[in-house]
Amino acid sequence: MAMTYVQKLLARACGKREVAVGDVLEPPVHLAMSHENAALVLNQFNEIFQGTGREAKVWDPDRIAIIFDHRVPAESSKTASNQKKVREFVGQQGIRKFHDIRGDVGGICHQILPENGYVKPGSVVVGTDSHTTTHGALGAFAFGIGATEMASVWTLGNILNVEVPGTIKVVVNGRFRESVYPKDLILHLIGTLTAEGANFKVIEFHGEAIRGMETSGRLVLCNMTVEAGATAGLVPPDEETRSYLRDEAGLKEIPEFFGPDGSAVYDHVVEIDAARLEPQIACPHAVDNVKGIGAVAGKKVHQIVVGSCTNGRLDDLEIAAKILKGKRVADGTRMLVFPASWRIYHQAMDRGYLRDLMEAGAVVCNPGCGPCLGIHQGALGDGETALATTNRNFKGRMGNPTAEVYLSSTAVAAASAITGVITDPREVH
Amino acid sequence: MAKGKVVREFGDDVSTDIIYPGRFMATVLPTETPQFAFADDAEFNKMLKAKEVAPGSFIVAGKNFGCGSSREQAASCIKGYDFTVIARHYARIFLQNSINVGLDMVICPAIEAAEGDELEVAAGKVLNHTSGKSFPIEPLPKARQAIIDAGGLIPYTRRLLLERAGR
Repeated sequence: MAMTYVQKLLARACGKREVAVGDVLEPPVHLAMSHENAALVLNQFNEIFQGTGREAKVWDPDRIAIIFDHRVPAESSKTASNQKKVREFVGQQGIRKFHDIRGDVGGICHQILPENGYVKPGSVVVGTDSHTTTHGALGAFAFGIGATEMASVWTLGNILNVEVPGTIKVVVNGRFRESVYPKDLILHLIGTLTAEGANFKVIEFHGEAIRGMETSGRLVLCNMTVEAGATAGLVPPDEETRSYLRDEAGLKEIPEFFGPDGSAVYDHVVEIDAARLEPQIACPHAVDNVKGIGAVAGKKVHQIVVGSCTNGRLDDLEIAAKILKGKRVADGTRMLVFPASWRIYHQAMDRGYLRDLMEAGAVVCNPGCGPCLGIHQGALGDGETALATTNRNFKGRMGNPTAEVYLSSTAVAAASAITGVITDPREVH
Repeated sequence: MAKGKVVREFGDDVSTDIIYPGRFMATVLPTETPQFAFADDAEFNKMLKAKEVAPGSFIVAGKNFGCGSSREQAASCIKGYDFTVIARHYARIFLQNSINVGLDMVICPAIEAAEGDELEVAAGKVLNHTSGKSFPIEPLPKARQAIIDAGGLIPYTRRLLLERAGR
């Protein structure tokens, strides 16, 4: 039987020759990631063991990663106490892939996992965060789960009731025009598929524009596949993946790559010509409410946010710094920058990007998720408008249900910071 | 079988930010999350906290209910009020979370109901006693029904743990 990438991956993971769409499997988990919500996971985990007479021990501490990123440093005593509980649990269980609040190895989970070589092509990755789809950029089947489900994984080492998903094949050919980025491509795709268009399915990326894209861009694509409802996004690994794993992630042993069969059956195929794409904007209050920038240009913006697990990587900070160098963030607009990890923060510091951004008036914050979901710094005032490179714009998302959030690429966000209104980056030079 | 009134009717794509806003995510325990259910809908949240809505009431919604974040608080906060959710369909993670924590939910692709309507979940269908119409229920896959039958994923996993240890 010809198989898609995810079919092949699950067949291999489960030691089967082939699997069909709809088969129910219990694949072993190669990496189980949590952030602060590990506090709930460990509560549920302890409850599983209650009355069993068995010591509550995780199945394999080396396959668990815990990264503090949502509210760092703690914004309240409640968060600090939850983080303390998790820290104690990590020590008791011998979990070593633990990234505490630190200015050297800390950061946002969806950057920490790839840059530390925790994600391997062909593996099964689950995380108590919906944007765990990010890691499909390295050819892993990576998806979000809830805290109780994670407690079950910590106990058993496999994930129950995984139905082999159908796959939507997205083929992107052509070359991106100037000032058009992977973020514009994924926003366009979400607008096309709609917020539930890929629900319970996987999106597999192909085409010359994907092959020519660096891993940082592929991470952006896979990160946001969940906004079309997808279980996971997947880029079959290639030479770019190999270089990333070797040079960025420091992996010495790289597993053998595989790809989907040429005659694999897809639910449907979406073809996109990258050369026809313009900068895209997701408008309030839905990520699939996507328009070309011309439709919203000129809209007043009170807060610009550059960063997050979607667009907080070194190339994003470089784009923002180049646009803002020698310029000034407009009066009446504030700009917040959240690098995706401290490694990136240090690199951006060494290259002078952070200085350029700060001299323009941007506030460079520590790596973290806070403003994206309105839980730590950067909340919006009543009726205010934000333009963010983050991944969601639901009502109330940035901490205020009367505010509006627009989503864009880093270039659009940086250009708009200078003018104070939504601005096409091709018009700012 | 469950019988009660529709307390709220929502359209498509209700996100977990609507059900349980992110700024309350530091609260995790199922015993504590209900106070923040639909917190940005101040009127509804107030009704809930004042216990003005009877247990067994229904929340009715369109497609893709629970889209967005994987936060389990979105399922546990509704369960805390003993409501049943009837939606045309659910986002994947919310559906699985609901099953795992034992939130009563029904997939009913054609449901039509307004606030105040009297509904009943019967075998294979939802009856709207106010409009006199009935709507078929889409059954859950067998493997997921097993978790519900066990009383949620915690007892289900506990049983598997003991079975595997006994081998």
